[in-house]
Amino acid sequence: MTDQAYNFAYLDEQTKRMIRRALLKALAVPGYQVPFASREMPMPYGWGTGGVQVTAACLTPEDVLKVIDQGADDTTNAVSIRKFFQRTAGVAVTEATGEATIIQTRHRIPEQPLKAGQILVYQVPIPEPLRFLEPRETETRKMHELEEYGLMHVKLYEDIARHGQIATSYAYPVKVEGRYVMDPSPIPKFDNPKLSVNPAIQLFGAGREQRIYALPPFCNVVSLDFDDHPFRATKAAHDCDLCGAKDSYLDEVITDDAGGRMYVCSDTDFCAGRQAAGHAGRLAAGGKA
Amino acid sequence: MSADALTGGFPAPARDSARAFRALLEATARPGTIHTVNGAAPPAPLSVAAGVVLLTLCDTTTPLHLAGAADCAAVRDWVAFHIGAPLVAAESAAFALGRWGDLQPVTRFVVGQADYPDRAATLIVETDGLVNYGPTLTGPGIVTATWLSLPETAAFRANRALYPLGFDTILTCGDRLAGLPRSTRVEAP
Repeated sequence: MTDQAYNFAYLDEQTKRMIRRALLKALAVPGYQVPFASREMPMPYGWGTGGVQVTAACLTPEDVLKVIDQGADDTTNAVSIRKFFQRTAGVAVTEATGEATIIQTRHRIPEQPLKAGQILVYQVPIPEPLRFLEPRETETRKMHELEEYGLMHVKLYEDIARHGQIATSYAYPVKVEGRYVMDPSPIPKFDNPKLSVNPAIQLFGAGREQRIYALPPFCNVVSLDFDDHPFRATKAAHDCDLCGAKDSYLDEVITDDAGGRMYVCSDTDFCAGRQAAGHAGRLAAGGKA
Repeated sequence: MSADALTGGFPAPARDSARAFRALLEATARPGTIHTVNGAAPPAPLSVAAGVVLLTLCDTTTPLHLAGAADCAAVRDWVAFHIGAPLVAAESAAFALGRWGDLQPVTRFVVGQADYPDRAATLIVETDGLVNYGPTLTGPGIVTATWLSLPETAAFRANRALYPLGFDTILTCGDRLAGLPRSTRVEAP
């Protein structure tokens, strides 16, 4: 039931126009962070206010919305954002990746490949990939202007010098269309290859930091690396204990205080779909033990 | 102000503009694709699509430049009532509307600053025909290549050479529109 006290999708029309203009400019310059006048939302910063504003500006009454938090449809953040748009926009919701037209995500890209007509909206905490290397906005802006990204390579090199490999495992920096270095939000680097040449539109919203950026479909996105230390998408060296998937990103779950643990797909829809199709992992109910 | 100026807006502003924006988003994200929009009934000589773009993206914060035949009393009144955008010269416009010939020289429009490339103009170009035939388009949003009936290629090639600066273009024809962001490479057929 739509809450009629609010405009469609909560935000007022003037705010939506402002966000929509920023989204179009973001698509025209892939990877560049467009400043926008982020509004206060009825949830705290850090809970996806940027993603919620982008979703609100894109939603149409015919959309089917899916919201995931670290791959899961059933965690607090995902459930509350889904309910928010059910109440304020009256849109249909789903947990199935293939049925959704807009997917708002916190820190994962679904395992099932996306298709044309779908929009993936990322919640972004810190949009500036250079922020922890250079705290001044005036300086990082100048660095993007001059394509001066040497500092980022120094950071990756220091990883190698210290750990023998590039230890950055999430929010792994990428270069978009050979121009802008971009923070893909804190997705695991396992997901980085899915950013590139994706048929879906990818939109990024950072509410507290007031930035919007975007990747059009079929956009070239390259994870930064070195010739002798090429980028590798890594995951835990296990199969999912529930569905047996060998190629999905896994969460480690501690099961007792004696060192017991299990690995399960972080993408709950993917895992449930495989289990429904008869796949079973090591610890699945009724599966091969 | 004529009474006609009071009609022709979106019947259901929130939902109509949401649907119109999705068409614009897809058009910008996938240059060369042609999308049908509806809901607006602007006065002549504006096309339905041009009216939809104005209602969806423009408001009192976006300086608008009307060029050529679009700069008439009926359109100015309609913009004043439904949108409220200040009407300005080409050099200070965030949005510009007109036929390609009337917008010349397009080098007048702001292309953004090196540190803020988003501060660039968007041109809404009224055309007589919009088909997937003509100059070749390649770049972000396009799998390999596509084709679109552009009014010319030289100006868009010069615009692409400024990347990441440059103006962005929305082509309109009747109730259809297509996007041509600055990132698209254009080659003569």
